[in-house]
Amino acid sequence: MRVGLFVTCLVDLMRPSIGFAALRLLEAGGAEVYVPPTQTCCGQPGYNSGDRAGALPLARKVVAEFEACDFLVAPSGSCSGMIRTHYADLFAGDAAWSVRAAALADKTYELTDFLTRVLKVDAVPGGAYRGRITYHDSCSGLREMGVKAQPRALLAKVPGVELVEMAECETCCGFGGTFSIKYGEISTRLADNKCQHIANTDADAVVLGDLGCMLNIEGRLRRRGDAKTRVLHVAEVLAGEGIE
Amino acid sequence: MQIASIHFKERAHEKLNDAQLQYNLQKIKGKFVAKRRASLLELDDFEGTREAGRAIRQRVLDDLDTWLAIFEENASARGAKVLFAQTPAEINALVLEIARRHGVRKIIKSKSMVSEESALDHAIEGAGLKVVETDLGEYILQINDYEPPSHLIGPALHKSKEEVADLFAKAHGTPRKTGIEELTLEARLVLREHYLTADMGISGGNFFVAETGSVVLVTNEGNATLTTTLPKVHIAISGIEKVVPTLEDVATLMRLLPRSATGQSISNYVDVLTGVKGPGEHHGVEHMYFIVVDSGRSNVLASDVREALRCIRCGACMNHCPVYQNIGGHSYGWVYPGPIGSILTPMYIGLENAPDLPQASTLCNQCGVVCPVKIPLPDLQRKLREAEFERGLRPWSERAGLRLWTWMAQRPALYGALTRMGVRLLRSLADRNALIHKLPFGRGWTEGRDMPAPAGRTFRDLYAARRVAGTTTKGPLQ
Repeated sequence: MRVGLFVTCLVDLMRPSIGFAALRLLEAGGAEVYVPPTQTCCGQPGYNSGDRAGALPLARKVVAEFEACDFLVAPSGSCSGMIRTHYADLFAGDAAWSVRAAALADKTYELTDFLTRVLKVDAVPGGAYRGRITYHDSCSGLREMGVKAQPRALLAKVPGVELVEMAECETCCGFGGTFSIKYGEISTRLADNKCQHIANTDADAVVLGDLGCMLNIEGRLRRRGDAKTRVLHVAEVLAGEGIE
Repeated sequence: MQIASIHFKERAHEKLNDAQLQYNLQKIKGKFVAKRRASLLELDDFEGTREAGRAIRQRVLDDLDTWLAIFEENASARGAKVLFAQTPAEINALVLEIARRHGVRKIIKSKSMVSEESALDHAIEGAGLKVVETDLGEYILQINDYEPPSHLIGPALHKSKEEVADLFAKAHGTPRKTGIEELTLEARLVLREHYLTADMGISGGNFFVAETGSVVLVTNEGNATLTTTLPKVHIAISGIEKVVPTLEDVATLMRLLPRSATGQSISNYVDVLTGVKGPGEHHGVEHMYFIVVDSGRSNVLASDVREALRCIRCGACMNHCPVYQNIGGHSYGWVYPGPIGSILTPMYIGLENAPDLPQASTLCNQCGVVCPVKIPLPDLQRKLREAEFERGLRPWSERAGLRLWTWMAQRPALYGALTRMGVRLLRSLADRNALIHKLPFGRGWTEGRDMPAPAGRTFRDLYAARRVAGTTTKGPLQ
């Protein structure tokens, strides 16, 4: 089984440990992992900003880079959601590319969904993290990719991790891509609400599956003066990467 | 209604810092969500009902002209007059003409959002006639110098009980009351007098039923029933898209509407009003008019956001919207707030007059999953973003940024080199806790948040290095 790992541009630039954690989890699950060295961006920033023409060449690039794999897996509900649920619209009107994009969409998975439903992993290589965590359901993962029980089931396999649910765990953290800069004040308020719910749980860490939301939540936690609560990607906790 | 959507950001800023409003918003936020969720459990198959609702509304839109013609024929056969208004001004002109024809001096009104589009109350008062809003929320806004509504079904939801108490004492000249029961009783006493002395009643219309020529009104206060049956003249005003084929269809939609709106199995009142009083009949009005309003709707129908016209005005999208929950309805600057407003407002008043509305969304799709007629709201917001981009309504800096990103991301080697420098540069801006307090091109971010600094080396570089070192075994596919 050859799995193409799409690390996503944010992970590539901001927090590579998430990419290595995903790599480790996939390999531990028995997959042969291929990391296309030319990968960059799925095209979502342009697509969501109304720049369809700018999104198209990047989407074509992703299709060409990954279509030879049996699966495309990304440590992000947002980027996998872009490929799985939005490429069809992006390529509408282009019959040849539509077929190729649809084939890729069908085999595109968010990481925890892939680990539970395809690889059906029994154990995870983690174990380095111990503490009380709370889980934030990122919007695209939850509402586009159906990611809800999967990360929780996997986290339950990590000894020493205690999950406590926060209020409104399915409510948007306010990131929204470029929204976070264009409407910084509204975005900050939404992030602040999220931080309050996290604080109310007394968790040591908030764990989630999308780096955009992580940056937003961590950025607001620190500005609020919370230097302690950790913000971790679910892959990092599961693989024991980047949490030393 | 005065259009203020162009000032979205300033208004949102003001609302975010209005302590009283924030208190009121937080107080109601959870109630709608919890009540809706509980009431849906009563349905055996919510998703199936939702799909049926979508199909009914879409069937109408696919042949709207035909269903309108059938409605007109059947309504006329029952003695009602069906009039069409192309513009907001035509709504007001038709109402005033009808009022003149019947010698009307006082008008009572139950809730109508369409009449907000044309500022009908102002036109009525401008013509020297009296008008009284009878929906409690609308009445509160009317006596507060026609404050605009902030929600589709709860126009005065942004007001606290204390604010209403102050308003009543001032407007009615009575001692200030604070109990909800006392306040509603006072409103009831004031309004009862108007029901009995009004010459004409104006209502909105939740549905126009094609097969019977009826208007369906969904209310909780009973005011619409009095408004549309006590005076001798009744005008029902609603949009062209509100027609549905049959009463059976209404029954299906009624399984969705109150549950999605207020979490009620059914609203306290459902009026189905058909035609004028016939010979020998004791009930019904002598004159019944329908004003069926286009006012931008046929443009929506011809556009790629036409699915927005399936809307049955339940308000679930805004009740569940994290942006609306924090900034309230007034920030949106016109009649329709929240996610559905972010589509309808720019389509009705012009995208150039409301460029922020489709943008001011995180595309979280909470609205899309609760919509009882499956309007894909984030997809429609994205369509309008495309229209803004194509029409040059976005700032040059945003366009340039996107172009640069696309250009770079298509060239992996160049992208690798530039991002290698970029992440180092960003890293150098961080403090010893790896936090950036001020981003050169992201003030919107760092005004309220720090930016966690990048690790300093990209995944691509680190991965290539590990491969060279032999610690990662898998090579590219052959």
